Amino acid sequence: MASLKELKNRISSVKSTQKITKAKKMVAAAKLRRAQEAAEAARPYAEKMEAVLASLGQRVTPATASPLLTGTGKTDSYLLVVATSDRGLAGAFNANIVKKALAAAEQLRAHGKTVKFYLLGKKGRAVINRRFADDIVHFQDFSDIRNVDFDYAKAVADDILVRFRNGEFDVAQFYFSKFQSALVQNPTEQQIIPAPVSSEADGERETGPVEYEPSEEEILDKLLPRNIAVQIFTGLLENAASEQGASMTAMDNATRNAGDLINDLTIQYNRTRQAVITTELVEIISGAEAL
Amino acid sequence: MALNFELVSPEKQLRSGSVHQVVVPGAEGDFAVLENHAPMMSTIRPGAIDVYEREGAPAERIFIEGGFAEVNDKGLTILAERAEPVSEIDAGALATEIEEAERTVASAASDAERTQAETRLAALRAKRDVAAN
Repeated sequence: MASLKELKNRISSVKSTQKITKAKKMVAAAKLRRAQEAAEAARPYAEKMEAVLASLGQRVTPATASPLLTGTGKTDSYLLVVATSDRGLAGAFNANIVKKALAAAEQLRAHGKTVKFYLLGKKGRAVINRRFADDIVHFQDFSDIRNVDFDYAKAVADDILVRFRNGEFDVAQFYFSKFQSALVQNPTEQQIIPAPVSSEADGERETGPVEYEPSEEEILDKLLPRNIAVQIFTGLLENAASEQGASMTAMDNATRNAGDLINDLTIQYNRTRQAVITTELVEIISGAEAL
Repeated sequence: MALNFELVSPEKQLRSGSVHQVVVPGAEGDFAVLENHAPMMSTIRPGAIDVYEREGAPAERIFIEGGFAEVNDKGLTILAERAEPVSEIDAGALATEIEEAERTVASAASDAERTQAETRLAALRAKRDVAAN
């Protein structure tokens, strides 16, 4: 049985761990609200963009359309853009995103496709590095960026576009975690190149002839790269909110576990203390009787 | 009856509601949108949009740095890259930004970089012109 001193030390160490998790939980809760507001504020733009693109994508003839819309005509090589966070202590948040991306990568590879990784955020790197060390074409963390803003997302999108034009890949998929609530975050896979244009989205409303200024193709050429930046931007914002949500939940659980542990240890400590006292008494009494 | 007008930037939704008329600086010339405008879609050059809440009311000016305008049966939607009310433009900060952009243009290493810097500079100059009026 552990000695009294040992038990005391353990209790105090669990207590200080609990203090840390409690503080981290409160920090996450405060940050969550801000991140959630930012993610929600960005949604209207993304939705509008999608609607505009959907109506435009249908009207353009495939022959003249940009390869960003129709693809390169083959699907031999894939670029997986995986966004994770820089920090841990967020439960399974990063692990879930990485798991989804890795599963997709394995599957693509089994079908004989080339897979490349484009990583944003520190936490995904170690795991992916273990299995696809030679396939990471780009890695970037958020250490020098305080707030993810649109300019940053645009820079990322521009870089991806340059790679696409150089023929480095045919299809790009984006992995991030969609924020639902503090308890639920969904790791999501989203195709960004070629742009997925859903045909049913526009079927219900036919607006008739639309005037384009300048031409449809020119508008589309500007819209498509912008759309990629917007998707990455919203993805990163969703990710930020999800991270704080996951972190809050994980830290709440940790705080509760630490509380349970402290209770158990305290009971054990008291029992041990009583046992020690009883033993001492028995020794004294039997010593007195012997005289 | 009025025109349903929505102005959104990537960061947030700036305006949503019904107005009388909006004048948009289209890439191929300014155009005004009233209710029941024919469906159209246009890119926007950097410049100010004029929002008229009611007929005859003074215009609210908002600077837009490029983007798209779409008119459909539901109204006018502007997807702006950046948007800022003209009354909030800080002339001093803008002047330093323009100087900076000029330097970037001068020191650009590649053609692509220079084109990008020049676009930025043109946008900033348009912003200055808008603020001056």
